[in-house]
Amino acid sequence: MATASADHHDHDHAPGFFARWFMSTNHKDIGILYLWYAGIMGLIGGFVSLLMRMELQYPGLQIIQNLPIDAAPGHVWNVLITAHGVIMVFFFVMPALIGGFGNYLLPLMIGAPDMAFPRLNNISFWLLVPSILLLILSAIVDTGVGTGWTVYPPLSVSDPNHSGIAMDLAIFSLHLAGASSILGAVNFITTIFNMRAPGMTLHRMPLFAWAMLVTAFLLLLAVPVLGGGITMLLTDRNFGTTFFDPAGGGDPVLFQHLFWFFGHPEVYIMILPSFGLISHIISTHSKKPIFGYLGMAYAMVGIGVVGFVVWAHHMFTVGMGVNVEWYFLLATMVIAVPTGIKIFSWIATMWGGSIRFTVPMLYAIALLILFTIGGVTGVALANATFDFAVHDTYYVVAHFHYTLSMGAVFGIIGAFYHWIGKMSGRQYPSVISHIQFWTFFIGVNLIFFPQHFLGMQGMPRRYPDYNDAYAGFHYISSLGSYLTFASAILFVFIVFYTIMFGRRVGDNYWGEGATTLEWTVSSPPPFHTFEDLPVIEKDPNH
Amino acid sequence: MRKCLTTFATLLAALVVAPSAFAQEAAGIAKPWGLTYQEAASQVFQEIQNFHDFYLMPVMLGISVFVIALIGYVMIRFREKANPVPSKVTHNQALEVVWTAIPVLILVVLSVPSTRLLFKQQVTPADTNFTLKVTGFQWAWNYQYPGIKGKDGEDIAFDAYLIGRDDPSELTNPAWRLLETDNFVVVPTETNIRIQVAARDVIHSFAIPALGLKKDAMPGRLNETWTRIEKPGIYFGQCSEICGLDHGYMPIAIKAVPQDQFNAWVAASEVDAPANDVVATIQGLEPSAVTIDTAALTADTLVSDQPVTR
Repeated sequence: MATASADHHDHDHAPGFFARWFMSTNHKDIGILYLWYAGIMGLIGGFVSLLMRMELQYPGLQIIQNLPIDAAPGHVWNVLITAHGVIMVFFFVMPALIGGFGNYLLPLMIGAPDMAFPRLNNISFWLLVPSILLLILSAIVDTGVGTGWTVYPPLSVSDPNHSGIAMDLAIFSLHLAGASSILGAVNFITTIFNMRAPGMTLHRMPLFAWAMLVTAFLLLLAVPVLGGGITMLLTDRNFGTTFFDPAGGGDPVLFQHLFWFFGHPEVYIMILPSFGLISHIISTHSKKPIFGYLGMAYAMVGIGVVGFVVWAHHMFTVGMGVNVEWYFLLATMVIAVPTGIKIFSWIATMWGGSIRFTVPMLYAIALLILFTIGGVTGVALANATFDFAVHDTYYVVAHFHYTLSMGAVFGIIGAFYHWIGKMSGRQYPSVISHIQFWTFFIGVNLIFFPQHFLGMQGMPRRYPDYNDAYAGFHYISSLGSYLTFASAILFVFIVFYTIMFGRRVGDNYWGEGATTLEWTVSSPPPFHTFEDLPVIEKDPNH
Repeated sequence: MRKCLTTFATLLAALVVAPSAFAQEAAGIAKPWGLTYQEAASQVFQEIQNFHDFYLMPVMLGISVFVIALIGYVMIRFREKANPVPSKVTHNQALEVVWTAIPVLILVVLSVPSTRLLFKQQVTPADTNFTLKVTGFQWAWNYQYPGIKGKDGEDIAFDAYLIGRDDPSELTNPAWRLLETDNFVVVPTETNIRIQVAARDVIHSFAIPALGLKKDAMPGRLNETWTRIEKPGIYFGQCSEICGLDHGYMPIAIKAVPQDQFNAWVAASEVDAPANDVVATIQGLEPSAVTIDTAALTADTLVSDQPVTR
């Protein structure tokens, strides 16, 4: 493997501040922009969930009637849950994993000087800014969107509380976010297929590159379906079409099919990059190559393919007919197989290794455990007959937060700790970061584990108030959310401390085990990397 | 903050006292600190609970404990200090086949009782002659009893709205906050009930946890499900699909009574005026009146080859 020129400082012609950060076409700078964006959105989305947990801490209404939105408390509540869902999915997890780590790491890992379409990359990022502004505007000029992130019609079309412009603004916001994702996906696919370093065959690519490849295809195939669905929603609202209105021969269930045909691949879009990142973290800190590389890569391909034919397990209760429900029951269970392969391969990677318990490694190990818990409740929910009992209860809330809040988000934070030295040239402070991990780990489990019990007892989702019998576990869940939010604030402190005062580190500060190409360039990498292409001579995975 | 603490303390006190203090008890309601389902009031939901307890739960616990134990072992045995020189093993084909094949086998085993139960739960038995039509609207439920005529000679039909939202003294039992409605939906026990679910405006979902029952009320469709309530009692449910600003305030309250008492209620009811006074005087609704024969419902019966009606 060759390296970038050692005397890169002489060649670093980074432009001035405005040109560098506002007109950037450099994949590393755009990746950093995405990470800042995602971090701010994650804090906003997290703050919204904090408000929700404060409201739910006790029976009765305490918070939502006092918020500065001029609407009924029930509507304000619905706006909060919608904002939490949309912000976390479209403006935190996706930008962080795909735009952030994807942009920053993928070209470095495959030895490419930049992304294939640098200006497209610039547009992908900057579309997200008007996108979030439209979403915020919907709560300022009107009373906001209170339909849940699923925006099911007729609620999103004919409900009196959604007759204003808020819903239309939110739809445009999703259009822009979707366009951003599609452009990004095109860019990743082209980059991976055309710009790998000489000698890096597809089967020699790092697993994160595989994860991004599968994710990009999922985005390319799924997001346009969402775009179509919400455009039909828009014309139903404004131009008199009746795609989803039974009075005109339409069907509200059609929208649910369109939404979940996007929405189910979407959950893999959020988790696969995280899988890719922790593969590298686990391998590095076990000082061992990944176990069963091909199995790992094709398990992700399998998850991606099967992920497209299981969508209606989100819709077991809509009245599809028992044979259709039966198919989706069986198809959904199949997903457990490739997921199991990945979990066991990660454990096998650690087996025989020489494990360092750094903060990124702790996040990766925690992800394995928590994702397994979210996975087994997923297998339970796949059984439609059980799903009928707990559908739309807190059991489901607990399930998808174990997979996303502890899958995707632990991947994001773990990856931050793993690569921040590479990105900033400075290392995180170890002791306080360990404290941050443990408070976060305990916090999220306190929030979400009791929610399984609430769901089994019948506590429905999206309720601002509840029967007093549910008070106990709601109280614990809220305490967990305070601990988690405090830990998130500590994380913000760690971020600033690291980039300002962190200890300086060298090119490969993890040493043996860190074998991908980004460890061959300086920390932080020069403005332009791989002006001389590295050559891959042997298979790094054997 | 002090107000919150006081509320919480009062609440805890109420929870401790509640079970014995009131004449009217509900069988289908959440229990404080309850960890698992509400007690099943129908045979099908009892079978689903058994499926969960005997199949899903062992699989979930088994896999979680196995994975966590493996990770724990690896973390101790292969920590840097204990194993300074990492091995270079990256392949073991036999192992990879095993950890693909065993999950497949587990899923195949799960799918058999799961499939049988799905059809049993979702296909209304042919000998179902009692129909309850439920229509959701923002934000309450309308109930119709097609073909069951009250004292005015019309089919019984009425709306049921939440009570006690602003004035808790309206509640029969303070523990029923956010669950009790002005009219109870009275149905006979030990009778197959076809439940047709529809909606007038947006999507709602008709759900009763103690029956394991949930069906979306979908504009433009007439959805159908069924149940058979074995035990007399009061069963609560809540709307389970977000439907606007009072989504949390359109509960479902069902009172299952023996057939003769149901007949008395029908005889005294008329359109828009169900005989609430009759309901109030119905005695003997203790949940223990009838018990489901759980002894016969071992894990074996779940995979039995009983014919399934499709």
